[in-house]
Amino acid sequence: MFEPQIISMIGWGFLETLYMTLVSTFVAYILGLPLGIALVVTDKDGIYPKKYFNMVLGVIINLLRSVPFLILLILVFPITRFVVGTTIGSNATVVPLVIAAAPFIARLVESSLKEVDSGVIEAAESMGASPAQIIWKVMLPEARPSLILGSAIAVTTILSYSAMAGIVAGGGLGDIAIRYGLHRYETDIMIVSVAILVIIVQVLQEIGMRLAKIGDKRK
Amino acid sequence: MKNPIIEIKNLSKTFKSTNGEFQALDNINLEILEGEIFGIIGMSGAGKSTLVRCINFLEKPTQGTVFFDGNDLSRLTKKELYKIRQSMGMIFQQFNLLMQRDVIGNICFPLEIAGVDKKSARKRAHELLELVGISEKADSYPAQLSGGQCQRVAIARALATNPKVLLCDEATSALDPATTQGVLTLLKDINKRLGITIVVITHEMRVIQDICNRVAIIDHSRIAEVGDVEQIFSNPKTAAAKRLVFPQDQSIRHFSGTRCIRIVFDGNSSFEPVIAGMVLDFRQPVNILFADTKNIDGKAFGQLVIQLPQDDDIANGMIEYLRAKNLMVEEVEGYV
Ligand SMILES: Nc1ncnc2c1ncn2[C@@H]1O[C@H](COP(=O)(O)OP(=O)(O)O)[C@@H](O)[C@H]1O
Ligand SMILES: [Mg+2]
Repeated sequence: MFEPQIISMIGWGFLETLYMTLVSTFVAYILGLPLGIALVVTDKDGIYPKKYFNMVLGVIINLLRSVPFLILLILVFPITRFVVGTTIGSNATVVPLVIAAAPFIARLVESSLKEVDSGVIEAAESMGASPAQIIWKVMLPEARPSLILGSAIAVTTILSYSAMAGIVAGGGLGDIAIRYGLHRYETDIMIVSVAILVIIVQVLQEIGMRLAKIGDKRK
Repeated sequence: MKNPIIEIKNLSKTFKSTNGEFQALDNINLEILEGEIFGIIGMSGAGKSTLVRCINFLEKPTQGTVFFDGNDLSRLTKKELYKIRQSMGMIFQQFNLLMQRDVIGNICFPLEIAGVDKKSARKRAHELLELVGISEKADSYPAQLSGGQCQRVAIARALATNPKVLLCDEATSALDPATTQGVLTLLKDINKRLGITIVVITHEMRVIQDICNRVAIIDHSRIAEVGDVEQIFSNPKTAAAKRLVFPQDQSIRHFSGTRCIRIVFDGNSSFEPVIAGMVLDFRQPVNILFADTKNIDGKAFGQLVIQLPQDDDIANGMIEYLRAKNLMVEEVEGYV
């Protein structure tokens, strides 16, 4: 049906998409996880309330989250160029993906950690646990299933963002779909690319759900 | 006389919120003695949970302080406070177990916090599990346990660091009567075997009557009455105490009975607040005229003279009740 070089291009696009998505998710978690923890811990009902810090952090995260991804992508070109040396290709796309995903992940982590029963945290406090011990030994382990589910949401969201970066030649399947479907009217290549994207989302989502269930001792 | 292990001094707590202030505790003064089971009873919203949370400084009092084992908690640094909380176990109405850890993992948790190595922690956890009587559940997760079993795990966990005091906030309020009985018996047993001081917060008279030596009645953020369980139950003085002991009948009784009895405890019956139990069963107050009883190794010695209610049927019923408990009862004259 397709010529070999098209097939290899799509195969390469698939790998690029996976690469961008996974690397961005990983780096975004390195930033977003501590931010999410900070949001919960410094909340007025948290274990280490810091009113103004929490307010400022919340505002910054909301600001970043309210910028549409395509605009953010272009706004951060200078940063991207500084870090990667170029603004096209999958390496370059990782930078805006991380900047967009980190605040999103912070909110996901925040909502997962807020699900942890406050009574359990109170019990840990009554045993003389310090805030750091409560974070590591109570909040994160107790929220584990919810955090895993959150990471499935994060990874699929980042995947769809990565496809949007195709508009600015960001590499991966989205790039192929836009180049062939939009610019050359080769709809079949676009459809295949999009179909593969859909399958990746389904698979990642399913993996996340299963992992969350396996680790959950509440049932 | 025993030493106080907890001294609550002029303690007040005011909560500030956007719609004003609320004084949850108003100038509380209490002494809880080493080795006793001390009850704090009051209606919902009276301030019980706030008070117990002030005892281990989970809640910082707005005024006053708490002395624990001679330490003024308001003068401790955060680190010192974390350390001292390891000598105060706490259990809760909702058990508050870690849902993602198995039973042994839960009991090891406070030991991890205290920096005990894994191997000794696990060994201690198994011992404690035996003490609370559910060794076979070591590898279960809390979601697989009944409420009573969960509370036993919580008790084992609270005892892990060998605390001097166990604080219980409505520990049996989520349990059915039979399970409640089991948990109360366990608490009594722990108190006796380990000599640990227990503070019991509850809204149920039965709990107080079952296991407490002394009781404080808290009403609208204040302590209304403190004393021996027997004394307070048999003759509640304040309106708040009367409301708790005789919930159905709000009217203040005028005591007009003339029959008096002497009850002799000769060591054949176990020491329990029989008068309190009787008052609760009959929903009628009696008047203690003379009391000289001692608790020696869980056995009751001494005597009591009480004035019975006017109603002859009730008075006779009470005498029957006491005789059924294997107590020597005789009517005496000339007391009133
Ligand atoms: N953190 C808080 N902020 C504001 N009000 C509180 C807080 N905690 C408790 N209260 C109020 O203090 C009162 C006593 O509460 P609590 O000690 O929980 O009562 P109890 O345990 O006797 O039912 C209640 O009216 C409650 O609404
Ligand atoms: Mg309460």
